[in-house]
Formats: sequence, structure tokens, C-alpha cells
Amino acid sequence: MKLLKIFLIILLLMSFSQLKSNEKNDELKNNILKNVRCLICQGQSVYDSESDFASSIKLIVDKKINEEMSEDQIYEFLREKYGDWVIYEPKLNKNTYVLWLLPLLLFLAGGAIIRKNLIFKD
Amino acid sequence: MKNKLKLIVTLIFLIFCFIIFYKGLDKPNTYTPKTNIEKNLPIFKAKDFSLNTYIDSVDIFTEDSYYIVNIWASWCVPCRKEHPLLMELSNNQSIRLIGLNYRDNLNNAKKFINELGNPYTKILIDKDGTLAVEFGAYGVPETFLIDKHKKIIKKFVGPINKKILEEIKLIIK
Repeated sequence: MKLLKIFLIILLLMSFSQLKSNEKNDELKNNILKNVRCLICQGQSVYDSESDFASSIKLIVDKKINEEMSEDQIYEFLREKYGDWVIYEPKLNKNTYVLWLLPLLLFLAGGAIIRKNLIFKD
Repeated sequence: MKNKLKLIVTLIFLIFCFIIFYKGLDKPNTYTPKTNIEKNLPIFKAKDFSLNTYIDSVDIFTEDSYYIVNIWASWCVPCRKEHPLLMELSNNQSIRLIGLNYRDNLNNAKKFINELGNPYTKILIDKDGTLAVEFGAYGVPETFLIDKHKKIIKKFVGPINKKILEEIKLIIK
């Protein structure tokens, strides 16, 4: 009887850990899908879209997570198939320098103008 | 002098903005992935349309010739339109055509082939569309040209037309 109880507790713990890992995978899957653009209904993420393309991507992402690919590896896979544009957050490369650095430059220029004006007022 | 400089800077900025927006008018607002990038052939396992058995991609692209992978479905109207051109292409001895039946009903797909003819040396079933993703496709029909080194060298989004057919013939010549 005691052995049966221990067995049941172990079984329960195992199923709980399995549930927890599924939950973690679902969270990862949703994060990825929200960051992938649907190429059929452009403007919607794959997560929000119901198109054939989106449902295939959902299956592929699921498959890649089960193959234990990391989030970055999955993005890289999709980028290789469809280009940088398919990911909402593009990587820093020669095509995206302006996109990433322009806001920083504008921020610095704005700061410099404000500082100059403040010194001028003093 | 200072006001003049400000005016020039503002003017340059406005001209810059104008050029950017003017150029943007010509660009389509929908994104199409690049079609000329050389890519490796994906490694996959797929169900054979006629034999109903699974086959490895390495056992499909075995011949020393060019290959076409054409994604089609019986419910796709443009596929019907391009089919006679694929039939014409299948007569060419230096190219093999592989069909990828995309998210289709098997009986409807068989009817489609029986009605319009079979240009493919092999047809693979892509029931859930994941195989098309492995190729980098996002719709149907799409056609991929594979060279003798088993590299995808060109991708044609949408139905094949006379112009594309001539382009393919020129490449494989």
C-alpha cells in the first residue's frame, strides 16, 4: 500500500513537470509567433492570423521547438526562408543600420540642442 | 547668416523627405521575399502521391539534371492556368518536374491530374503546408528552379507564364 502511494506521488510529480514544460513551450511558441509577420495578411502577426500560411508556420514553429531549437535558431530559420522582413524585430546588419541608429542619433542631437539652449540661458 | 543656414538645412531636410516619399510611391506596399537568392535544397521526408509511402528528399533529386519543384493544389485557379505550360515543360529532357500538392483533398488532386495531365515525375503530398515552408513558399502556385548542384537558384511566385517558361528554358539550355 505504501509502495503504491509512493508510486502515485511520483507519477503525479512527473505529469506535473510534463505539464509545466508544455506550458513553457506554449509560452515560447506564442512569443515567437507574435514576432513573426504573416506574409499573406501583412500587418498581422502569425499569432493573430488565420491564413493557411500562418497555420503552417504555427506547425513548423511547434515542430522546431520540439526538436529543441532555440528561439534565435527558429528566427534564423524563418529569416533564411523569407528574409529579414518576416521578423518584426530585425537584426542589426548593413541593411538595418539606419533603422537602429537613427533614433539614437536623433536622441543625441535633441539632447545636445537642449543642453546648448540651457547653457545659453544660464 | 545664421537664418540663411537654418533655411538651407530645413530645405535640404524637406527635399530629402520628398525624395524618400516620392520613391516610396512606386514601391508596392506588400512584401515579396527575394526570388534570386541561391539556397540549399531542404532535407525532408514526404509522402508520395501515387505510392502512398514516405520518401526522403535525397532519393528524389538523384539525377544529374535541373529540377522544378512546383507547388500546386486542385482548388487553386491559377494552377489550372499554368498547367498546360508545365505539360509543355515536361517534354524537355533536361529538366524533371516535382509537384508538391499543397493542402489538398487527395481525390480532388487525382481528378485534377487525370483531367489536365501529369507533367510531374513525382508528386509529393504536403497536407499541412509545412513542406512548402521548408522551401520558403508562402502561397500557391509557386515554382522553384533547382540546378544540377541541387541548389535552388530561382523562385517564381504566382503562375508560370510564357515569359517565365522562356526564362527557364534559357537557363536549362
